[in-house]
Amino acid sequence: MSRLFSFHGGLKTVRHKTESNTFPIEPGPLPRWLVIPLRQHMGNSAKPVVQPGDRVLKGQMIGQPDGYISAAIHAPSSGVVAAVDLRPVPHPSGLADLCVTIETDGEDRWIEREPVDYRRLHPSDLRNLIRSAGVVGLGGAVFPSAVKLNPGGHCERVDALILNGAECEPWITCDDRIMRERAVEIVAGLTIMAHLLEPREVLIGIEDDKPEAIAAMTAACAGTGYAVRAVPTRYPSGSVKQLILLLTGREIPEQGLPLDIGVQCFNVATAHTVHRAIAHGEPVLSRIVTVTGHVHRPRNIDALLGTSFADLIAQCGGYRDSVERLIMGGPMMGFALHNDDVPVTKATNCILAASAEQLTPEQPAMPCIRCGACVDACPANLLPQQLYWFARAKEFDKARDHHLFSCIECGCCSYVCPSRIPLVQYYRYAKNEIWAREQEKEKAELARQRHQARQERLEREKQEREAKLRQKAPPRAAAETGAETTGGAG
Amino acid sequence: MMRFQAVTSPHVLLETSVGQVMRRVLYAMLPGIAALVWFFGWGVLVNLVIATAVALVAEAAMLAARGKPLAPLGDSSAVVTAWLLAVALPPLAPWWLTTIGVLSAIVVAKHLYGGLGYNPFNPAMVGYVVLLISFPREMSTWLIPRGVGQAHALTLAETLRAIFVSTPVVDALTGATPLDVLRTKMGLGFSVAEIRNSPVFGLVSGHGWEWAVLGFLAGGLWLIYTRAADWRIPTGMLGGLALISTVFYLINPQKYAPPWFHLWSGAAIFGAFFIATDPVTASATPRGRLIYGAGIGVLVYIIRAFGGYPDGVAFSVLLMNIAAPTIDLYTPPRVFGARRG
Amino acid sequence: MVIAVLALSALAGASGLLLGFAAIRFKVEGNPIVEKIDAVLPQTQCGQCGYAGCRPYAEAIAAGEAEINLCPPGGANGVAALADLLGRDPPPPNADDGMEKPKMVAVIDEQSCIGCTLCIQACPVDAILGAAKHMHTVIARECTGCELCVAPCPVDCIHMTPVAETITTWKWACPGAAVRAVA
Repeated sequence: MSRLFSFHGGLKTVRHKTESNTFPIEPGPLPRWLVIPLRQHMGNSAKPVVQPGDRVLKGQMIGQPDGYISAAIHAPSSGVVAAVDLRPVPHPSGLADLCVTIETDGEDRWIEREPVDYRRLHPSDLRNLIRSAGVVGLGGAVFPSAVKLNPGGHCERVDALILNGAECEPWITCDDRIMRERAVEIVAGLTIMAHLLEPREVLIGIEDDKPEAIAAMTAACAGTGYAVRAVPTRYPSGSVKQLILLLTGREIPEQGLPLDIGVQCFNVATAHTVHRAIAHGEPVLSRIVTVTGHVHRPRNIDALLGTSFADLIAQCGGYRDSVERLIMGGPMMGFALHNDDVPVTKATNCILAASAEQLTPEQPAMPCIRCGACVDACPANLLPQQLYWFARAKEFDKARDHHLFSCIECGCCSYVCPSRIPLVQYYRYAKNEIWAREQEKEKAELARQRHQARQERLEREKQEREAKLRQKAPPRAAAETGAETTGGAG
Repeated sequence: MMRFQAVTSPHVLLETSVGQVMRRVLYAMLPGIAALVWFFGWGVLVNLVIATAVALVAEAAMLAARGKPLAPLGDSSAVVTAWLLAVALPPLAPWWLTTIGVLSAIVVAKHLYGGLGYNPFNPAMVGYVVLLISFPREMSTWLIPRGVGQAHALTLAETLRAIFVSTPVVDALTGATPLDVLRTKMGLGFSVAEIRNSPVFGLVSGHGWEWAVLGFLAGGLWLIYTRAADWRIPTGMLGGLALISTVFYLINPQKYAPPWFHLWSGAAIFGAFFIATDPVTASATPRGRLIYGAGIGVLVYIIRAFGGYPDGVAFSVLLMNIAAPTIDLYTPPRVFGARRG
Repeated sequence: MVIAVLALSALAGASGLLLGFAAIRFKVEGNPIVEKIDAVLPQTQCGQCGYAGCRPYAEAIAAGEAEINLCPPGGANGVAALADLLGRDPPPPNADDGMEKPKMVAVIDEQSCIGCTLCIQACPVDAILGAAKHMHTVIARECTGCELCVAPCPVDCIHMTPVAETITTWKWACPGAAVRAVA
């Protein structure tokens, strides 16, 4: 029953958890300016429903979901909307995206909140509440949770609801701290999720290097029947596919969803926000961010969405000397930022200010010697060096045939490569190219159809004109034309 | 506002480089080489020095000729090739023999095919086979090991004269390798047991040789332990060799040598851990590596027992090099989430 | 001798029958190669290849009348795809090196537009909205960047502007290519 399974590959990485996890979560600052991106989730960007000059209250919706896979965005504090325009956002490109900028008034005045009893609500109403509270996966993938809480169609019955507290990336400790400090609220949110999904069992997976979190969660689960499982500390145990395999022994099919095998998985912080949304009527306005690395006081901060990274760094005592790279997320999968003047979003689990010693210096890639270290490390059981050849030669069709899209971009292959080839970067590049080409193809197909429609319309109009001409023309001429046509056809 | 360098993840990497892997291979060869030097004298070391020097010069020249940076010289891969070849040469091989072998390996087999990572054939074995086919007499003139017959250690000066001026060595000091003896006498109708009574044989296999084999086994196991070599290839090769030699031994122990003799003779252990494990030319999939190794093991036995050469590691490795891409094609691992079976 | 001749004749006969049967059984209607070529072309309908549109160009390629490197919007990737499809060697890109231009979209300066509808008639994909004496506008999403509307405009109020990169269209660069300068 409590048997643990194992996954292929993976790594023992550096940990660096204690820098930040020995201190309690600190409340974040209330900055004068909050810049709230309207795309903080997977799917369509939210549509802005405020204009510059509008007064907004804390918790007021400022962006409404656009389509099924989208999420609502709310004002994290009260104030006046200063702008709705393009601002730099935390993204590897360093590009700008549509944001609502709020000048806060310092009063932090709430909109009217409506706590509800989840047991009295119809499941679809409950899901709508979660959706309009802007609840998305806070583990980093930021997929709208309301969609995942609707099992309809994928499986007869949900076997297992899994709460992901593995937190396998080095340096990050926000889930560790939230489990230690807010375990009861997490379990309350988990109960609401279980109410919606009606699973046979509820499992909570936590890496065994977090004994305090395991103890807190076990205590909070007393009497609920939920099982807390310690999983071995091995990167990437916190990846959905690997955690589900560890806990249930089942593999999500290629290109499939967890629900295809009757499992659904949420991050612990997401459960916390579900509880706040339903039992307190509070939408997602803040999240716990680990600020760590080469800063003076590494901490976990409960930061308002839209707070600038620079403000959080300042709260942590500022940079120590020689910070070379600012990373959002962990060192394995996180991306480097161009500068620190970008806002915290729902995806910001960690801000890692890294010095040269904490990084591996960039080195020129050597030729692949096919040593197979990447094959042994790949948790998706791919042949990374083969994918690398295909991606490098731009043979994208072959890369796809060799299961490029099973790659979870965990970075294990690049980590172990003795030739220092940026393998995972080649896969990201290949995936991007394949998507771009598909989009181009769709666009070309649309253009072809429109061109064809136009040709047909022109042809039809020509014929109609000719028909009109024939009607207007004297009968003899018409007879002649007719004869000619017939003759031509004959 | 602070600006930072924008580089892609992962931001930390394991501190293992190609150079480190290659140097581990060199370290792992030391015990075996020490045993060879003890039993066969200075010649082994002189060969290693000549081969290393020629390999480094050839590598540098080829990198320069191809317009590549000279940095890869530091990865020691050329030295590994040189050592693999030098260890396989007779201890008093004339200097030009070693030079031709190393040049064939580095210039032809490695760089003309695109350099490190691109060569389809194991360079050291290409060099060895070129010599074996072109200079059969020089390649089969081995010294008899210390402790057999009238063997006495040659001085360094004698060794250098033999290697560089080709001064003939007293006939009493030279002889055939144990596998050569086995094959020749087998042709004359002796049984395996009778042949094993010859003084060139020791406890398990060739006198002296068996200690070198032990050294290479120790080094090889350390390579596996440090993950510088994949365990599957030696396992497959020794498994394949053991299996097929056991089968024939059970059929006729008079005519076929026992499996332990085969495993402990010639280049079987050395080949399994140091030659077949060259990743560039081996199969790359986990299952493929077992099959690749087993193929080499079986071929080694077939060549030894039925072929025209006393040992067959070099030919077997080259033959399986050809097969490696095909093996890879048919042995992909089951991708996560793909249906089993 | 006679047996050999008979055997070979029989073999030839049988093979011939088999081929004849296969030709009938697996007969392909139409000319699918034109469809396949057309599917590879970018469908901008710009006529830069010298043909009236993508399909006529596809027909010309299929008939062996046109080279495969006449399509600037398709770029080097397009040439490579055609070469792959037809089993030909990719010829060098056509003449001047302007093959890889950034994606463009037509923009009408609505202040200057006099509502003449000439551009609407020129647009091969009906991507321009408007009526006589009314201002026109380009549906950017439908515009293929073919530039056919630019020349007919009597008041030169149509400009081609590059499509700006956004977060959703941004792509990771190929590793090893020059690292982009930090903006």
